[in-house]
Amino acid sequence: MKFKGKAWKFGADIDTDAIIPARYLNTSDPKELASHCMEDSKNPDFIKKMKPGDIIVAEKNFGCGSSREHAPIAIKTAGVSCVVAKSFARIFYRNSFNMGLPIFESAEAVEGIKEGEEIEVDADRGVIRNLTTNREFKVAPVPSFMQELIAAGGLMAYTKKKAGLR
Amino acid sequence: MYIHKTMMTITEKILAAHCGKKEVVPGELINAKLDLVLANDITAPIAIKEFRAAGAKKVFDPDRIALIPDHFAPNKDIPSAEQCNLLRQFSREHDLSLYFEVGRMGVEHALLPEQGLVVPGDVVIGADSHTCTYGGLGAFSTGVGSTDVAAAMITGEAWFKVPESMKFIYKGKPGKWIGGKDIILRTIGDIGVDGALYRAMEFTGEPIKKLPMSGRLTICNMAIEAGAKNGIIEPDEITRKYVARRARRKYKFYKSDRKAIYVDVREYDLTGMEPQIACPHLPENVKPVSQLASINIDQSVVGSCTNGRIEDMREAARVIKGHKVHPYVRMIVIPATQAIYKQCIKEGLVDVFIDAGAAFSTPTCGPCLGGHMGILASGERAISTTNRNFVGRMGHPKSEVYLSNPAIAAASAVLGRIGRPEELK
Repeated sequence: MKFKGKAWKFGADIDTDAIIPARYLNTSDPKELASHCMEDSKNPDFIKKMKPGDIIVAEKNFGCGSSREHAPIAIKTAGVSCVVAKSFARIFYRNSFNMGLPIFESAEAVEGIKEGEEIEVDADRGVIRNLTTNREFKVAPVPSFMQELIAAGGLMAYTKKKAGLR
Repeated sequence: MYIHKTMMTITEKILAAHCGKKEVVPGELINAKLDLVLANDITAPIAIKEFRAAGAKKVFDPDRIALIPDHFAPNKDIPSAEQCNLLRQFSREHDLSLYFEVGRMGVEHALLPEQGLVVPGDVVIGADSHTCTYGGLGAFSTGVGSTDVAAAMITGEAWFKVPESMKFIYKGKPGKWIGGKDIILRTIGDIGVDGALYRAMEFTGEPIKKLPMSGRLTICNMAIEAGAKNGIIEPDEITRKYVARRARRKYKFYKSDRKAIYVDVREYDLTGMEPQIACPHLPENVKPVSQLASINIDQSVVGSCTNGRIEDMREAARVIKGHKVHPYVRMIVIPATQAIYKQCIKEGLVDVFIDAGAAFSTPTCGPCLGGHMGILASGERAISTTNRNFVGRMGHPKSEVYLSNPAIAAASAVLGRIGRPEELK
């Protein structure tokens, strides 16, 4: 699978309150959540400026804080194709795999990508390409169980199969 | 007697026991049986939708799923009322015994230990990041998302990567007004908000052994603020006394082997340590209180899953008794459960707070996450006994939150600026 889009850069320790402020959590409607995506970050107009397919590129510990799945839901529904970061906070990492937001760890890619550059992520080959500068970066390998989850179509599909539900 | 080939930490032992293995090692992927699954009015609606979408008809055990409407409850607006209603309907549909209606409800991580619904040796997941609180009892508990809870409501199981453990050893004699909050803030200030990413934080040493259960729960509550998977404290006599009259299930005490392996061991001397404050906008921006005496405040909050227990209420009341809240400061005191509320009445603490000019509220997470019951305006600043001070956490994105223990929050409410109990005349 390949993802292609413009890079939007964010800093370190982007917390889930920045991704989707708690004041909007009185609903779980994905479209409503997406309309406030990154509203309390340093780029509050992100949702107005980004285009479907664009890629979030962030420093370390992306998604720290709350366990709210509303955060990866907001990002995914906004049309962000994937998130690349130096590292992810634990619950955000787990949630993304469970609900199907593609995320990739690569410190070298984050260093080698500037805001606005065209990026292509080749998930199968584990490679991130900066199409603007023609540089290529490696992605940290995805643990095999997580690959199984993705192949099954996320945690619920995996659980349905396990529990014999149709 | 079976001799473990591998020396294990308390976290590893609990996880091994819940996946039917004699031993587990860090990095190993396991499928663990769960003693309790938890969600609240923000996270349960998504879990319930996922549960239904999967075609599931039955929960794995109606007595092991706790649904607690505490974040935007008592319902702050119509959308919140709809979300809480979804929990209520689902609980009735599946005959869940651990649904807590407003009036019985409390802040989840204060309520469950208090009611003996989580016990030492448990494995618990909750769709709330502060689920790690129960490590204070000697349980393995961790926050997950709604989808994990949906799957767990069906299977009663969850997958985990066994975390590496870090050991935090405290020593020395903590001074007056120093509690669990100061210890954990000092630690997060040292290792940072991802200093324990994916890892277990094990807290030990003399000051921890002397700490009451409330302080232990406070410490483990904020393990997530260092990125940890779980925080944990070995159970002992204090634990036994706490759980003896509460536990609704059998419990088991696990202890780390003396030669268990830790990826990092850190020591802290608490002698002479001042109360610690986390400055905006990350819990790692920690400074001693004396460096912040010129910071004016507009609001002081005492409560939450971090510091809303009876010991916290007593500490704040002891400081504020006989004083008046500063004319332009709102002090909001929120006991975390109904039992704590009643105890506050019994001990005369409610009178103390109201006489001082503070508001005293029914249990709710409310202001901690900028939900309701004390939202900040642009440019306003709060001192709060809660756990997070991210941008916009308590209201307007241009407001600020400082995190402290209850004594400092109470003293600051009187002073109108950040300060210590010793400064009150």
